[in-house]
Amino acid sequence: MDNWKTSARAFWAAFAPPTFWLVAFFIIPLSLIWLYSFSSKTGIIDTTLDWNLNQYARALEPLYLGIFWKSIWMAAATTFISLVVAFPVAIAIVFAKPNVRMWLLLLIILPFWTNLLIRTYALIAVLRTNGFINNGLEWLVVHADWLLSFVGLGDNTLIGPFSPLHLLYNNTAVVFGLVYVHLPFMVLPLYAALDRLDRSYLEASLDLGAGHFRTFFSVVVPLALPGIASGVIITFIPAMGSYLTPDLLGGTDSQMIANVIGNQFKGANNWPFGAALSFLLMYATFFALAIRAFLMRKDGRGTK
Amino acid sequence: MRLFKRNPDPMGPLDYSRRFWLRATVAVTLFFLYAPIIGLIVFSFNNSRRNIVWRGFTTDYYVKLFNNESLMLAFGNSLTIAVFCTIFSTILGALTAYVLWRFRFRGKAIYEGAMALPIVIPEICMGVAMMVFFARIGWPTGLPWPFNLSAITIAHIAFSFPFAAIVIRARLESFNPELAECARDLGASEFQVFRDVVVPHMKPGLIAGALLAFTLSLDDFVITFFTSGPETVTFPVKIYSMVRFSVTPEVNAASTVLILVTLVVTAFALRMQNRNNMLSNAA
Repeated sequence: MDNWKTSARAFWAAFAPPTFWLVAFFIIPLSLIWLYSFSSKTGIIDTTLDWNLNQYARALEPLYLGIFWKSIWMAAATTFISLVVAFPVAIAIVFAKPNVRMWLLLLIILPFWTNLLIRTYALIAVLRTNGFINNGLEWLVVHADWLLSFVGLGDNTLIGPFSPLHLLYNNTAVVFGLVYVHLPFMVLPLYAALDRLDRSYLEASLDLGAGHFRTFFSVVVPLALPGIASGVIITFIPAMGSYLTPDLLGGTDSQMIANVIGNQFKGANNWPFGAALSFLLMYATFFALAIRAFLMRKDGRGTK
Repeated sequence: MRLFKRNPDPMGPLDYSRRFWLRATVAVTLFFLYAPIIGLIVFSFNNSRRNIVWRGFTTDYYVKLFNNESLMLAFGNSLTIAVFCTIFSTILGALTAYVLWRFRFRGKAIYEGAMALPIVIPEICMGVAMMVFFARIGWPTGLPWPFNLSAITIAHIAFSFPFAAIVIRARLESFNPELAECARDLGASEFQVFRDVVVPHMKPGLIAGALLAFTLSLDDFVITFFTSGPETVTFPVKIYSMVRFSVTPEVNAASTVLILVTLVVTAFALRMQNRNNMLSNAA
């Protein structure tokens, strides 16, 4: 690597355009929001920058604290479910034959390239009152009833007439959607961590009489811990900041923090408050990333 | 299919991929991931407005789709934005990758961190920041097409080019700097070295980065939603307004078209790029 001074002109020619773009169209917009978060709203669209903390104080009101808490809780539930589902999948991929492994990884990654909006919309068709799940259950109930009628228990005496389940527009639907969207985020870091694992440890553990479960919890999990932590954080961050999934699948009480931010800018038109909320969300993100960086560094030292 | 054939070898203790319950988990997970999307595609050919029960095959909704002027306009907008975003992101990403790969300078770690910011911050934060930014600086609205799409395009470039930079930089890691030294010793100027030695080596990375920028731009909803006005509707924003309204076969058909475009581009990207390279980047 050269010191930039050795060919200063080449350096500036390559350095200036992307830096300009980043500063002008990313750093400055964010700074603007940052300034807004210290302003007060003085009219319908007027704001004054007076360096107060009222917007942040308002964000700490029970209502908004509750929404923050709910976002964290939903993201945590999503992360936990993803972890439980992704672990066996990652193990299966790691121990698969190389050519099968390629295909499995591709199949896991492919949904990434499908539009988030479309995937969420697809879930609506699955979960809604006339969706695939409810129709499937109705078919089952009707046919079970028909079968029972042969032994004189038909006409809904044993299993009542089917009433569709309310699967959509509630918190469960949001968590379901978040897991659906974020599962690949969990599988990939787990796969990377397990792939690096020295298999002779597993063989040793099994040879010395530990069962598969004991090997898993006392050998695999501790060794893969940095990868697990990485996956947890990589899943948690985007899940907490989700906008579309709670918007489309959630009910009136499943707003997450991103939806509140969006409302402040699109509907309620309270930019300073929305700005304060987005910065709180960003700080939470940075905090999670810092934890990840810390864990990764520890991991790097361990393998040397 | 080999999957269903009995493997004559006895199962070893570490043959986890051959254990039934692990296979079942993978199968259920893949079903969970793909069934909704496949259902969506299948029902776009369903001959029923209510879109619940299968009533026979039809391509009517695709015909309707292509005759729907506002939807086609949105599709055209999306493609235009994606093309411009791709061109700019690839150039800016290549320059970023080159700077980070070649030079040492003070505050480089901070610079790298700043470049990663558009990737890590929540989309909603970037979306509202862009919305406020363009409103505050008085970015002209109501310009003739395609200039009315400039705000969205600029926002798309801002979040796409750092992704492109990562992909291109991964490719540069395999470049032997001595080749550039050699060209310099033989009298090539910095620009000639870049154009004739570095860029040819970058090429697979450039193509992968360009395709990534294209799909990112085409797929983005949240940031576009906050930067777009009533005049500048993109395909995902249009689909969103249709989804809010109801679940209809037209939406399924429109979604299928978008999935198809993305899949074709992605398949192309996978072919262009070394497979291992792709997977290690994704992980």
